[in-house]
This record gives sequence, C-alpha cells and structure tokens, in this order.
Amino acid sequence: MTTLTPEIIAAHQLTEQEYERIVTLLGREPTYTELGIFSVMWSEHCSYKSSRLHLKKLPTESRLVVQGPGENAGIIDIGNGHAIAFKIESHNHPSFIEPFQGAATGVGGILRDIFTMGARPIAVMDSLRFGPLDDPQVGARNRRILSGVVAGIAHYGNCFGVPTVGGECVFDPSYNGNPLVNVFALGIFRKDEIFYARARGVGNPVIYVGAKTGRDGIHGASMASAEFTEESKQKRPNVQVGDPFMEKLLLEACLEAMRTGAVVGIQDMGAAGLTCSTCEMGSRGGTGIEIELARVPQRETGMTPYETMLSESQERMLLVVEQGREEEVFQVFRRWGLDAVTIGVVTGDGLLRVRENEVAVAEIPNRALADEAPIYDRPHTAPRRTAPMEGPRFSSRNLTNDLKTLLAAGDLCSKRWIFEQYDYMVRTNTTQGPGGDAAVVRIKETGTSIAMALDGNGRYCCLSPREGARLAVAECCRNLSTVGALPVAATNCLNFGNPERPEIMAQLVEAIEGMAEACSFFDTPITGGNVSLYNETLGEAVYPTPVVGIVGLMKTAQPVTIDFKLYGRPIVLLGGLGRCDAARFGSTQYAKVILKRLWGLPPALDLDYEKRVQTAARDIVSAGLAGAAHDVSDGGLAVALAECCFGASGVGAAVDLDSDLPPEILLFHEGPSRILIATAQPEQVARIARKYRVQAPVIGATMRGSLRIRRKGVVLVDCDVKSLRAIWEGALEKALEG
Amino acid sequence: MRFGVVVFPGSNCDHDAWYAVRANLGNAAEFLWHNDPTVGQVDAVILPGGFSYGDYLRCGAIAKFSPIMAAVKRFAREGGLVLGICNGFQILVECGLLPGALIRNRSLRFICREVKLETVTTISPFSQSSEKGRILRIPIAHGEGCYYADERTLDELEAEDRVVFRYVDNPNGSLRDIAGILNRERNVMGMMPHPERASDPLMGSIDGLAVFQSMAAALAVNQPATACHDHPHS
Repeated sequence: MTTLTPEIIAAHQLTEQEYERIVTLLGREPTYTELGIFSVMWSEHCSYKSSRLHLKKLPTESRLVVQGPGENAGIIDIGNGHAIAFKIESHNHPSFIEPFQGAATGVGGILRDIFTMGARPIAVMDSLRFGPLDDPQVGARNRRILSGVVAGIAHYGNCFGVPTVGGECVFDPSYNGNPLVNVFALGIFRKDEIFYARARGVGNPVIYVGAKTGRDGIHGASMASAEFTEESKQKRPNVQVGDPFMEKLLLEACLEAMRTGAVVGIQDMGAAGLTCSTCEMGSRGGTGIEIELARVPQRETGMTPYETMLSESQERMLLVVEQGREEEVFQVFRRWGLDAVTIGVVTGDGLLRVRENEVAVAEIPNRALADEAPIYDRPHTAPRRTAPMEGPRFSSRNLTNDLKTLLAAGDLCSKRWIFEQYDYMVRTNTTQGPGGDAAVVRIKETGTSIAMALDGNGRYCCLSPREGARLAVAECCRNLSTVGALPVAATNCLNFGNPERPEIMAQLVEAIEGMAEACSFFDTPITGGNVSLYNETLGEAVYPTPVVGIVGLMKTAQPVTIDFKLYGRPIVLLGGLGRCDAARFGSTQYAKVILKRLWGLPPALDLDYEKRVQTAARDIVSAGLAGAAHDVSDGGLAVALAECCFGASGVGAAVDLDSDLPPEILLFHEGPSRILIATAQPEQVARIARKYRVQAPVIGATMRGSLRIRRKGVVLVDCDVKSLRAIWEGALEKALEG
Repeated sequence: MRFGVVVFPGSNCDHDAWYAVRANLGNAAEFLWHNDPTVGQVDAVILPGGFSYGDYLRCGAIAKFSPIMAAVKRFAREGGLVLGICNGFQILVECGLLPGALIRNRSLRFICREVKLETVTTISPFSQSSEKGRILRIPIAHGEGCYYADERTLDELEAEDRVVFRYVDNPNGSLRDIAGILNRERNVMGMMPHPERASDPLMGSIDGLAVFQSMAAALAVNQPATACHDHPHS
C-alpha cells in the first residue's frame, strides 16, 4: 500500500489542514484511492470551497423556480404543464490545453447536465474569450485556440443535434494565457417528467450506462482548480475526448428509459466521474452506495481503483433503478446499442463503499465528500485595480474612420465566421438565431417561445467588479426585453483568478454582490451555474469575468429583429441619449480600440430607469409597434445604428442628435438603458414611453443606402452602408486567415 | 398516403422531417427504425439529416449496410419515392442509388446558412409543384456537401435533366453548382439543403414545402384515393 507522504498529499492539492480534516472524518488515515477521491471532491471545481459562502448571497427563488442551485441544472416553470432546465458551465482550462476537445467536451458536459434531469436539450449558447488575434507575441496561438474551440463546439453540438443559437465572443490581452469557454444549454420537459440525481430505495441496483471507462481526464477537476504554469501543456492527457454520437444515443436512450417509470434517480458522470456521481447521488438521497469496480466497463486493462474512480471519460451515466425492473431499462439501452451494467446497489448506511473483486478499496461517508468539504472565508481586500482613474485627452480627426475602425474590431465585428460553423437551425425551432440581441426558440409543445442571452463584460468588471456585474445583468435583461421577452431566471458562470490572493477574492465577492443586487431587482433568480477560479497563467489573472445567462418568456410570433427593413421609418431612441463623463468613457470600446487605453469606471447604471426602459420596450414590441429594435451597448449609439443598417435590405439611417456632449462621447459612449426602435407609429411609441416616464426622442429616420449622423445639424459621420458592412462582415475572417 | 422517416442512430433531423410532413404539410408520417427489415406500408421514404452512426468514417458509409437500407433499395427499385436530405443524400450516393460523391466543403468548414436554390427541372415528383427557374430560399447545414462526380456523369445528369436544384451562390464548391439530383428513373432524389427547415412561416421561409407538396401530389396521382391507407398516428 502506498504511504501517503506530504509530497503525495500536496500533489493532490490538499492542504495539511484539509488532510487532517479527512483523517478526522474517517477516524483513520485514508487509503491512496480514498485520498484521490477526497482530492477531486474537495477541489475548488467540485466543492466551491472559496465561493460557497458568497454564493449564498444570490437570490435563488421566485414563483417560477421549480429547482434552484444544487442539482444538475436549474428548472423553471414556463406554463402549460412544461418546464425548462438550463445552466452555464465553464471549460476554460481544458480548452486552453486542447482547444478542440476541451470545448467539445464542455458542450457534452452541459448537455448531459440537462438531459440527466429528463429534459431534451433544445438550445446551446457560448460565451467565449480569447487573446487578440493580432497579438504580436501570441496572435498565432490565439487564432489556433479560437479556430479549435469553435470547431470543437460545432463538432459536438452539430452531431448531437442541438442548435447553437447565439452567444458572445470577446478579445482582450487579459485572456492571452487563459481563454474562457463558457457553454450554456437549455432543455424542455413536462413538469411531471423531472428526474433528480438522488439514490433512493435501499436494495435498488446502481446501473452504469454509456462509454467505457479509460484513463482519460484523470484529475480534470483538480486541474481546473490550479493556475497554469509552463508545465500545464504536459497536462494534455488530462483532457477528455468527446464522442457526440455516443452522447446522442445516451440522450435518446435515457429519455426512453425514463419513460418506463423504472428509473429512480440518474446522474451523469462529469467532473470527478464515478466518484462524484456515486457520492452525490447517495448524499442527496440520504443513502449509501456500494459499487464493484470489476463490473465497470473498461476500455483499458490494468486500471487501478484510483484511476477508475477518478477517470473523467465522457458520455457515461449512472442510474438507480427500481429493484426487479432492471430488464425494462436494459432493453431500452440494448435497442440503442449501449452498454448497461449493474455495478452496485443502494445501501442504508450512508457510505460510499468501493470494492474491487470484493476487496474494499474505499469506504467514506457520502456526506463527508459531498457536503463536508471545507468552506473558506478567504481574506479579501480592495479589488485588484491597475487602471488609472483619469484618461488621456483626446479629439478625433475623423469620426467616420473611427466608426469603421470600431466595426472591424474583434469585439464588435460580425461573428458570422464563427456562428455559421454551428448548426443553429436543427430542431426547426430557432426563430431568432445568432446575431440578434437575444436568441429565440419556439416551443412546439406549448405554443410559446423562450428567449435567452449571455452577457459578460470583463473590461467593466476590471474597473469595478460590482458595477460591472450589475451592468452585465442589466444588459442581459435588456437584450431579452428588446426582442419582447420577459426575463425570468438566470444562471451564472464566474470566471476569476486565484482566490487565495485577497485582491482577486475581493473581485469575486464584489461581483457576486453586484450580481445579487441586480438579479434581485430584475426578479431573475440564479438557479445554478458554475464558478471557475485559478484562471491565471504565470501569476497573471484574467479580467474578473462574471458571465450571466438569462432566459425570458414570450408569445410565439415572428421576432423583432435588429435590421432596418423599410426606409422613411422614424427612429426612436428609447431611454434617450444618456449621459457620460470623461471617467465613465474610459471603459468603452472607443477607449479600448481607438485610444488603446482603459481608465476610470464602467458606465453609470440607474437600475430603476433601466427597468422602466425595458418594460416600455416589451410593451412596444408586443404591441407590434417595432419594425426593428436593437439595444445600445458595446461601441455605443453609432455602432448600434450601423448594426441596424446591416440587414438584407441595405436600408440606412439619417439621424440628428440634439446634445451638447462632445462628439466622440455622444457617438460612442456605452451608457445603458437605451434601445433603438424603428417604428411606423412614433406617437404610440411615445405614449408608451411616457407611461413609464422614459425619454423617447425621435432622432431621425431610416433612409436608402447610407448612414448619416449629425449633431445639431453638423455632420459627424457619413458613409454608405455597403462599405461599412463590408468592413464589419469581413474583419474576423481577415484577422483569422490573414 | 404515408411518409416514412428513417431513424438511424445519430439521425438528428428525423423529427424535423416528420414535423414538416405532419404539421406543415398535414400528411401522415411515421418513423422507420434502422434495424427494420422492411419499410412497411409507407408510400414514400425520407432519409433525414444528421450523423448516421456518428459519421466518423465517410458520411453515410456505415448507414448503407443497415437492414433498412436494403429495404429502401428494394422500395426504390419498385418505383417508391425516396428523398434523401443532407446526410440522407450522402447515404444515397454511398449505397449507389445516386451517382457521384459528397466531399468536404471547399472552405473545409461546416456551413449553416440560408441559401438560394434555382429550380432546374419540374419534371420530377420532388419539384413538380415548383416552377422552372423559381428561386427557393432553403437552409444548408453541412460539412461535407460539395457534390463531386466525373465529367461524364455530370454531362449525363444535365443531358437527362436530372439536376433538380442548383445553388445560386455556390456555398460549398459543388461541381456545376449542383444542390440536388435525381436517379435515372426519377423516383429517388438527394439534396443537401434542408427543405424541412423551410416549411414553417415562423422559420422565415416556406419554400421547402414545395418539395413535400410535390411528393404528395405525385403520390395522389399514382394512387387512387381508395388505395390510400391512412391510419391515425399517435
């Protein structure tokens, strides 16, 4: 038997105190296998030990929430007897080490989280962050990572048959050494068809289904809980390999097996594989689980118990089935050509008991693993901040050229190169696909629609994590409101650096508090999500990047889209021109792209005004008054107007802004609470705006072929739509393919 | 009349095709399982899109060995209508019901977008409800959709009026802009674009319905109403 030296314990990323806690909980020294089991279950990735204390501050309930955090995904009631399950999860570390498989298995993991609850996945979105593609040092690597990640997502999602309906993609040097790949999935089921990951009924068999277990992905969870060093590239074997075809079979077979009524509980084997699924199901069910490793289907010979328990081989599920009804379930899996094997039994003693050829190799109370992980109140000071409060003096020589430069910038240009690689239409529900403010899928079963959007803003959060997180929630809700949907629930993915550094921990705490405040205000409780820490390479943390995914409910109808369709239509700027001072301008795309600086603070947000603007927008859209609608965000008003001109019809706009703001700020500030609306009935739009005490100036009208922006009669921007569009559409491909 | 939609392991547009026929066209439709030795009582067969058997080998290369494909071949030989969409088209060329091959897109990337198709011929049970020269807006979603065949085959296809649809702006490098073709007997068609995704006004186009309407019309002529066994389907 291996002696557990301090080196071995340290290599498992367990502290001395944590090891002592293990000894206390067990009442003895752990075996090597048990040490491995504890190390993954107590890893940051599985235990949330640094964030748990603060995550409690998030609102998690509303009258629509059926299931909040703590299960595989959150669930909300959408009416008509149906519910949706949804969650976002990160796969940052694997995607850096092996972009294609890292991203692919990220999609696979979140899809399993959805269908393990009995829901059929109907939409996926991705929030991606990379280093700049033209970075002088690592541009080539960034391009390779982006191409690999996109191809990996496409490979998995397209083959599985779930549409990838939207997302976001942002570039910043802060992600040079640590890209972020956050994947959101959403599924639908009937409310009476929900399955939980609970092991109930002593004597019920525990059944293993799906791919065989190999040595891949061992320690994936603890890898995701450490910073990157030069040696990280050697961790490539820790990244799993995905098989979307197997996953598709698992989906169909699991949903069919659930319909037999014989399935008591079910959980996918994701991070920490067999270990996590067994002890969590036991812990949630208040039971124990005993398994025999010799029965686990294995792809390699000579695997040790340690390896079998920690393997993160993909596309595997664990089921607890009613005793005596195994054959009904086996029959379904046989029909789909899948391995299904009874590997154990539910017990009454609350223990995770692992045997190999009838010899016990681990015996740990489930609760010790799943619920007794240490919780840290890590010290936090003021958030890390390197940007100055004051920015440079600036004065633009040519605002039209500035607009062109912005439209070609990575964050703002068309993402067509990316989203055309995704099948965003399969299942024939996508009424608004990628490129809109929010994605919309209709629900055939209920005759309603679900809108969804992802938002994060590392740049804002870097200047103020609290304000940035509030802004992310506000923008996400605004995106939904712009298409006419009522935001009802959220999921979050918190991407931060090393929480053991107080200034990083402070970013996390403030972002969570900001998000909690905004989510409470908009009545969009967080029903689940994921925390990804240690996003650092060689001591350099990424921007604090909380990403929020929010879903909204709406009636099914042709969605209102961004693009201007007819000329001569008045353009209303719901919410008004907004305000911005020099300090708040330092967080804009203009500051980043044109001035190449970052300073000051994020845009100022008035939550109450924001909510009224959004309510007004929903009323306007659902009254059928909006021919086009687009929220003003990154790049400000000028970029938003340009984007409205990029539809198939080539309709442009002429606006005249009545403002005393300096031209650069007027055109490009990113003040929230603003939505552009083209309408044939401006008076009715104005009436709704008045009802909510919201400004709604008519700033101009759509016109043929060009975009012209004036301030008090003086032309600031004048350009034909065709050339603007060519720049916007071609930029990403040009950056990638040179 | 009844449409049968084949479900291979890895098919993922099976339900969409079924829905287009049932809900959008208003016709009877049922699923056929890949292991079934016969196509049963259906009057037309649809091979749907997806990744049959994972398509880790050449697309469609494994599906051609499935029991249902032997039945589909018999059905086709007897004059039954067979429509292959996307992966279904790939399976049809793999099993020799249609000539040529589908290779990787010229860009080497998967492409999902709506494209414009020109109706080249209406002398077929898959396009008779369209008009010659009519432009249809129908989406594509494939990584291996570049139609390839030798010159003689291409000449033959054109000489025999067997090209049903051509791309207006060729998205994938298909030779002679070919998007859909017929067999010599004109009862089997393969096409890379997805008509089932353009059969519902909510999806932005209903041009794809022309394909299913043509099939329904062709079947209605061939079969007197009394012979049409339309059972209720759950």
